[in-house]
Amino acid sequence: MALEDLYREVILDHYRNPRNRGRLERPDASASGVNPLCGDELAIELALRDGVVSDVAIESQGCSISQSSASMMTEAIKGKSIEEIKALVSKFRKMMSLDEGEDAGFDPERPGAVLGDIEALQGVRQYPVRIKCAALAWNTMLEALQETA
Amino acid sequence: MNDLSHLKADFPVLENGVHFLDSASSSQKPIPVLEAMDRFARGSYANVHRGAYKLSVAATEAYEGARRRVAEFVGADDDREIVFTRGATTAINTVAFGWGLENLEEGDRILATEMEHHANLVPWQMVARRTGAVLDHVPITDECRLDMDAFEKKMGPDVKMVAVTGMSNVLGTIPDIAAISRIAHRHGARVLVDAAQRVPHLPVDVTEMGADFVAFSSHKMLGPTGIGVLWGRMEALEEMEPFEGGGEMISDVTLHTATWAGIPHRFEAGTPPIIEAVGLHAAIDYLDSIGMEKVFDHDKALTAIALERLGDVPGLAIQGPKDLEDRGGVISMDMKGIHAHDVATILDEEGVAVRAGHHCAKPLMRRLGVTATARASFYVYNTEADVDALVSGLRRAGELFGVR
Repeated sequence: MALEDLYREVILDHYRNPRNRGRLERPDASASGVNPLCGDELAIELALRDGVVSDVAIESQGCSISQSSASMMTEAIKGKSIEEIKALVSKFRKMMSLDEGEDAGFDPERPGAVLGDIEALQGVRQYPVRIKCAALAWNTMLEALQETA
Repeated sequence: MNDLSHLKADFPVLENGVHFLDSASSSQKPIPVLEAMDRFARGSYANVHRGAYKLSVAATEAYEGARRRVAEFVGADDDREIVFTRGATTAINTVAFGWGLENLEEGDRILATEMEHHANLVPWQMVARRTGAVLDHVPITDECRLDMDAFEKKMGPDVKMVAVTGMSNVLGTIPDIAAISRIAHRHGARVLVDAAQRVPHLPVDVTEMGADFVAFSSHKMLGPTGIGVLWGRMEALEEMEPFEGGGEMISDVTLHTATWAGIPHRFEAGTPPIIEAVGLHAAIDYLDSIGMEKVFDHDKALTAIALERLGDVPGLAIQGPKDLEDRGGVISMDMKGIHAHDVATILDEEGVAVRAGHHCAKPLMRRLGVTATARASFYVYNTEADVDALVSGLRRAGELFGVR
């Protein structure tokens, strides 16, 4: 597998210019996570309105995979209901081979159709030690959502 | 440079051409070590110190023979000063708990340094909490050397233990243990050296170093995992209680009491790593056949080449001493705009194995102002070609991420 498949331009763009950085004024839920193996750290804050994530902010440091995954995730969940987000998480986890299932989370015939930019992360599957990097933001976000349940 | 390139053929793992630059984590094993363990396990294995039958006598002789060999290798006065442990970490814990709980109390200070591996930090935190002693730290200078002026200022009669690395696993810095020991002893403190990076790479004479305890691991010096060494000056070992109880470490046991075996066996509870001791013996023979002076010269020669060629890589900064004085073959690198894990993944694709992360030294990383570095470390089987592969891999990483 070529390194260019792992470090796609969209990943490097989100790494260099992460979206939704910082903190929220009045978060309804928050959580922080670390990847003790490599030291990636991430704190997420969510604002919720009528069961919909109306805003999200992340403070984090780590590698391009963890940072770009977090950045793309913030764009993907903003404006989505908790149910929609859970479905997204399930697709993401299957794409990363974290969960087994028929629903691969993306359709190789139609790139970008199901998960959008996030599908750029599928190259990470070839690098098992890096899957945890990609999953950190998603796991931390789920933890924050559980707080509201 | 001493040409050691013929040694590479002794290391089966390297046959696939990997540029292995992570010996500071764990070293590869040469065929003579693998064969010695295999021969022993097939031909004369039994438990030790169970003496009634010939196999056990032979195994005991091999195990105690390894102890004598280690003693000779590090210049110990007495074989009994060599305690076999599970590794350097267990050796340090043996002292932290076995010596610390007996000899530390509220108001005492333990003095470590800012560049300790977690193995020489966390046990002291645990023992400080239990005894009420305070854990203090000697800073490093901006040149990544131990600040000896600060050390002298921090010393005092309340300092009972100085815990210091023999060589930093992140920076490659080699502190002057003889000077540290002299100053510490003037104040009545004991000195423990975490020599996990030192004994594999430098000639070590424990009596010359002057410390009271020296801990190291077999797996970083071409030997197997699962065995390490605690050398202790006899009078210091006598101040220690066993950290673990069990078989092999007793003299007599009743239902409620036990008396200890002699030193060192009282510190070796349970069945020891017997096959591993044979492997460590063979690893020492292998290193001695090269000569430890040559081993260190080889590391230094590769480090010199690497420091020079890495200087031309765009965006690359080296965390650690930039010259070769009192420095070993460990180079921590920080690349502008690329996280260390990405650097390591890209290098891996180029066939270069380096370690990325905090290297079990998070307080040091904070002091350096970085969260992670990519670390290359050299050993006897490395060659200039490995350095070149590292340099070209780093250039490739820079290109992929658009570093200029």
